[in-house]
Amino acid sequence: MSAPALMAQAVEVHFPGERGRTARAVDAVTLSVLPGQVVALVGESGCGKSTLARVLLGLQPTSGGEVLVGGQPLPTSRAGLKAYRRRAQLILQDPMGSLNPRQTVYEAVAEGVRIHRIGDEERRVAEALARVGLRPPERFFARYPHELSGGQRQRVVIAGALVLEPEILVADEPVSSLDASVRGEILALLLRLRAELGLTLLVVTHDLGLAWNIADRIAVMYLGRIIEEGPTEQVLADPQHPYTRALLSVVPEVARLEPIVLAGEPPDPASVPPGCRFHPRCPLLAAGLPDEVATRCRTVALPVLPAQAGHRAACHALDPTMGP
Amino acid sequence: MRPGTRYALRSVASGLGTLLFVVIFNFFLFRMLPGDPIGLYTRGRNVPPEQIEALRAELDRPLVEQFLGYLANPFSSTINSARFNQPVWTLIGERVGATLLLVGTAIVLASIVGTWLGIRSAWQRGQRFDNVSTGLTLTLYSMPEFWLGMILLIVFGVGVGFLPGMFPIGGIITPGVDPSSLAGILDIAWHMVLPVTTLTAVYLAEYALVMRASLLDEMGQDYLVVARAKGLMDKVVRRRHAVPNAMLPTITLIFMNLGFVISGAITVETVFSWPGLGLLSYDALRGPDIALLQAIFLLFSIGVILANVAADLVYAVLDPRVRA
Ligand SMILES: Nc1ncnc2c1ncn2[C@@H]1O[C@H](COP(=O)(O)OP(=O)(O)O)[C@@H](O)[C@H]1O
Ligand code: SF4
Ligand SMILES: [Mg+2]
Repeated sequence: MSAPALMAQAVEVHFPGERGRTARAVDAVTLSVLPGQVVALVGESGCGKSTLARVLLGLQPTSGGEVLVGGQPLPTSRAGLKAYRRRAQLILQDPMGSLNPRQTVYEAVAEGVRIHRIGDEERRVAEALARVGLRPPERFFARYPHELSGGQRQRVVIAGALVLEPEILVADEPVSSLDASVRGEILALLLRLRAELGLTLLVVTHDLGLAWNIADRIAVMYLGRIIEEGPTEQVLADPQHPYTRALLSVVPEVARLEPIVLAGEPPDPASVPPGCRFHPRCPLLAAGLPDEVATRCRTVALPVLPAQAGHRAACHALDPTMGP
Repeated sequence: MRPGTRYALRSVASGLGTLLFVVIFNFFLFRMLPGDPIGLYTRGRNVPPEQIEALRAELDRPLVEQFLGYLANPFSSTINSARFNQPVWTLIGERVGATLLLVGTAIVLASIVGTWLGIRSAWQRGQRFDNVSTGLTLTLYSMPEFWLGMILLIVFGVGVGFLPGMFPIGGIITPGVDPSSLAGILDIAWHMVLPVTTLTAVYLAEYALVMRASLLDEMGQDYLVVARAKGLMDKVVRRRHAVPNAMLPTITLIFMNLGFVISGAITVETVFSWPGLGLLSYDALRGPDIALLQAIFLLFSIGVILANVAADLVYAVLDPRVRA
């Protein structure tokens, strides 16, 4: 097995919160993405997906743990980080916000070329635009973001990333702000780019259905921690963790489960429950578990899932011997 | 027609419309005042009989004829100022230079210093510089300008305690000094120090607060994250993307304030006996010197209208979204 293109090892991100409470936005996350793989990071809004994505790109300082790129620690020097940023690129949810409203399409796409002084600017910009399906590229050079459709804007954002010929693309909710009609096109574009360019892709989404459509592997995140991870077919066909099951039960493409509505408050990273962090909302626990398991749910912390090939979940009901 | 051209024509047309309204309104407003018009215009002052004759000749003409004459050239009032017994536009012409010098200098200084304070405050949000600067600007913002002017006048002009008065307490130049000589220019600059400081202090708060708010707003934008992800250093991201975009509201504000260049300094000019249009307005109001007020009113309105059109046009040049 080659070294993962991108790997988080026990990564922590803490934000100072109100009244001295610390929000553990990312709480010991271990995740690896192999070269050429598409991994979907799934979870409710606020569970720390975007923060983790930024950590992986060196945009967010960590409070602990390590990020490895191709087996090497993420550079910390300014020059090293700059070089890394050529290799890994970011795509965000809202393409209108991702583009400087006063820059033309050409300037937006050319920015990376200029930052890294790669040269041959016009040809590269035209190529990148053509690659994302904006043809003929010259027709888009002088346009401004507000003159484009949502789908075209996201294509421009993707072109701006591709122009640097990255190995890794991190896409944070790349289609959730787009019209349903263009979502498919943008996803198809990402998959085509992966096939043509051998890109490694980490797609962050709150939508399991989307993950199902494009990912090789799925990692499910809850309150700053990955609680289930595995090959897409296995996770979706045989979800292990009660949280994954609840998420899956409301995906229309799957719809073979009774919808499970999660009770309780949306989780707050500033007060992570003891024991299993999901226990206050866990339908399995609410439905009744043997006493010793239920006690463990409330009191015994679960281990961090190691990065490995199989399908794994962190839940006491699956394995009563699980411990921290 | 290109959208930009249409936008420009629309704002110029609306400016012209307002201008026409003001010109007409200005004529009738002062002719609709109740009472004997001659008495009104002369206000019981000892006006030479030939001037009263001229006034009667003007006011006895049919209203339509007067109006058409006025429309043909609104700046050629045939009625003299009662107070100064001079044609009103001659008076205004003599005073306009002093006001432009005073307020123009203050606006330039205030916009530069205010913008700089706003930028630094936003960059160091919540830190000491921000707290001090924002506290100071808010204090200045809420301070009446005549009050600040009086304080500066007393402390630095008159002198308190062992502190001698350093700066002239009024006027624009020491009598007898030739304003076109080097000594004259320095003398004018010396006279400008206190009034310019007062006006600058009062104006800069607005620029600092607007710039700070607008930059903070801009700094939350996604495209800054994208630019960082492309390898641009944080500092450069702010300088290249955030600050120019955040400048838009400030630049508009500067242009709109230019409209008040001629009218804005009534109190400060009065406090410092600065022989500009502000002091002239004050004298005209005390009369009231109707003919002079009428001309001043017209001039101030035109200033504001032109500045608004200019602000519109500048905004359109700077922000592609407006041109759509
Ligand atoms: N810069 C920040 N400062 C403080 N708290 C933050 C910051 N960024 C994110 N958070 C908090 O961290 C948690 C995770 O946020 P995020 O990573 O954006 O979640 P997701 O992308 O899954 O919706 C949230 O509770 C959010 O409020
Ligand atoms: S450990 Fe317990 S509380 Fe947590 S998910 Fe499993 S069953 Fe539910
Ligand atoms: Mg997010």
